[in-house]
Amino acid sequence: MDNDKIGQIIDKHQGKASSLIQVLLEIQSENHWLPKEALERVSEKLQVPLTRILHIATFYKAFSLVPKGRHEIHICVGTACHVRGATRVLETVQDLTGIKPGETDSDSKFSLETVNCLGCCALGPEIVVDGKHHGRITPAKAEDVLKKYE
Amino acid sequence: MPRINSPAELEELRKGILSKRDPDKPCIAICAGISCLALGNDRVISAFEEEIKKQSLEAKVDIRATGCHGFCEKGPNVVIYPEEICYIEVTPEDVPEIVSQTVIGKKVIDRLIYADPNTGEKAAHQSEIPFYKNQTRHLISNNTKIDPKSIDDYLALGGYSALSKALFEMTTEQVLEEIKKANLRGRGGGGFPAGLKWETARNAPGEEKYVIVNAHEGEPGAFMDRALFTGNPHNVLEGLIIGAYAIGSHQGFIYTRHDTPQLRDNIDIALTQAEEYGLLGENILGSGFNFNVEVHLDIGIFVSGESSALMRSIEGKTPEPRPKYIRTSVSGIWGKPSNLNNVETWANVPQIINKGSEWYTSIGTERSKGTKLISLSGNICNTGVVEVPMGTSLREIVYDIGGGIPNGKKLKAIHFGGPMGGSIPESLLDTPLDFDELAKLGAPMGAGGMLVMDEDTNMVDVARFFLNFLTDESCGKCVPCREGIRQMLKILTNISEGKGKEGDIELLEELSEVMGEASLCALGKTASDPVLSTLRYFRDEYEAHIKEKKCPA
Repeated sequence: MDNDKIGQIIDKHQGKASSLIQVLLEIQSENHWLPKEALERVSEKLQVPLTRILHIATFYKAFSLVPKGRHEIHICVGTACHVRGATRVLETVQDLTGIKPGETDSDSKFSLETVNCLGCCALGPEIVVDGKHHGRITPAKAEDVLKKYE
Repeated sequence: MPRINSPAELEELRKGILSKRDPDKPCIAICAGISCLALGNDRVISAFEEEIKKQSLEAKVDIRATGCHGFCEKGPNVVIYPEEICYIEVTPEDVPEIVSQTVIGKKVIDRLIYADPNTGEKAAHQSEIPFYKNQTRHLISNNTKIDPKSIDDYLALGGYSALSKALFEMTTEQVLEEIKKANLRGRGGGGFPAGLKWETARNAPGEEKYVIVNAHEGEPGAFMDRALFTGNPHNVLEGLIIGAYAIGSHQGFIYTRHDTPQLRDNIDIALTQAEEYGLLGENILGSGFNFNVEVHLDIGIFVSGESSALMRSIEGKTPEPRPKYIRTSVSGIWGKPSNLNNVETWANVPQIINKGSEWYTSIGTERSKGTKLISLSGNICNTGVVEVPMGTSLREIVYDIGGGIPNGKKLKAIHFGGPMGGSIPESLLDTPLDFDELAKLGAPMGAGGMLVMDEDTNMVDVARFFLNFLTDESCGKCVPCREGIRQMLKILTNISEGKGKEGDIELLEELSEVMGEASLCALGKTASDPVLSTLRYFRDEYEAHIKEKKCPA
């Protein structure tokens, strides 16, 4: 991620220190992870100590300090999905990808995360790949969905 | 867009909008709520657009992508106006037939309407489908009639008339008094009277005050706030401006999640449109009242829905709660009085101002007034967003609206309030939906996530599930919460795996007591509630796990 892009994001928020979380969110969504150089740049531009930035970047599960795979899988383990069998779906996806929540595979193909309710409880169990929802998933259907990604 | 400078101009604009609208003109309202979108509604919407173009009907038929209709289970949902014909589970392949048969031919397509799974009885209109028929939809019903991206749609339904009334016909004291008399209680979980909170913020010393919409909705299984706010953003915004006027605030914040892009878009558009019309910003409607709103995104950690944590996040800090010897309504964001209410609470304000507190208090029970939005989920036939008057029995919600339990299973328990709530057994199903009645039973209503569980559900596992959730979501600032949850989870995991021992239940109870007394915020104080409530009603299941090393379910 280049410095210009980071500069643009910071400028959009008028360089206010209170916009720290918003800035990190935008960098994360552009770049899919937060590189150290980007955080140093944010620290300098917003005049916020790097320790505080790291405090926030490590506090939230959604921020990543390591590169992510090409495709991000989110498995909903909220209550409604849980009672409808999300655990089995999670196990299947773990077996298929060989990674656990929070990890990225060695080919950088998939990253896996669990989330607590995406608000589509009618579709439970549900998985989301790169922002696309796949509802009423069974372990067999999960396999079909993942096959589509290269 | 013209700027509106007085109540008369607002009414004129409204008249202008209405005069251009023909109530008999066909309109296809397609649900674009998150569940329906996930079911492929975007393809249905484009299919309709293409078909209308193909048949050159652009001038004769309107298409409206709306917020959530409520009946998520049967999505994608489509309603054809003016007849209000409801089609469920619509696919792009159905579209040409709907346009020629129903929109033009005025005929109902039998296979697309709702049929009762038990009796086979068909229902073509929203008013006949049991899921909708048995609700009282004051807040969510406008979702099908509004394109959330169009302020004119909201104005056509009388929008911003409450704001105009408050600013020009009422003093700030009168607005506050009306909300107090309506006994509007906070919908976010606490059930604290909104009027009293407003009064505290209003009377707190300091010139600068803030009002905040809590649209964080971190409770798993709760999606009604997103449905309401995404589908009808101006309703919430109007309530917020009225509240700001009563409290004397000129700066508002909307605090919401980053993972619902439609919500963020609709809020941004609503703010821009309201500003262009002069309903937001300087000198609102020519009244001299100024008010601005800023949107803050959060990453959706559960604890950041807690008021003091949320306010820290708005300041750009980590969302860790602080002890609340001094309420946030006295000292909140940057130490200024900050009044926080949930989406649904704000959405109730315009109708209270328009119809009066007397009308509002005629709905509900003695101490819980108005209607309540419920997210119905779990082992239930009709998952979706439900709105019922307070006092409706849980049985009515589960069976009359929810359509009962699927696959011929029996109902075992109802869980309210998410990870800080509780479960009550089937035998208490006649309990009315009421803040105090449910709290007494150990299952406080919370924000309104109602999880239905069938006979196969293992209650020890449910309690363990919630604790597991909270270990991730606790901010870790105070020891009783951080360590207490972990230790409880360890014991519960042992019990689940058949490694439980005598005395475990008592130890869980002891830990709960300490956490309840010593934790900093409500998360830690009530983290053990799911355990306590399942111990209260399903103790034998815990004992069976420990003594017989097996699960009865």
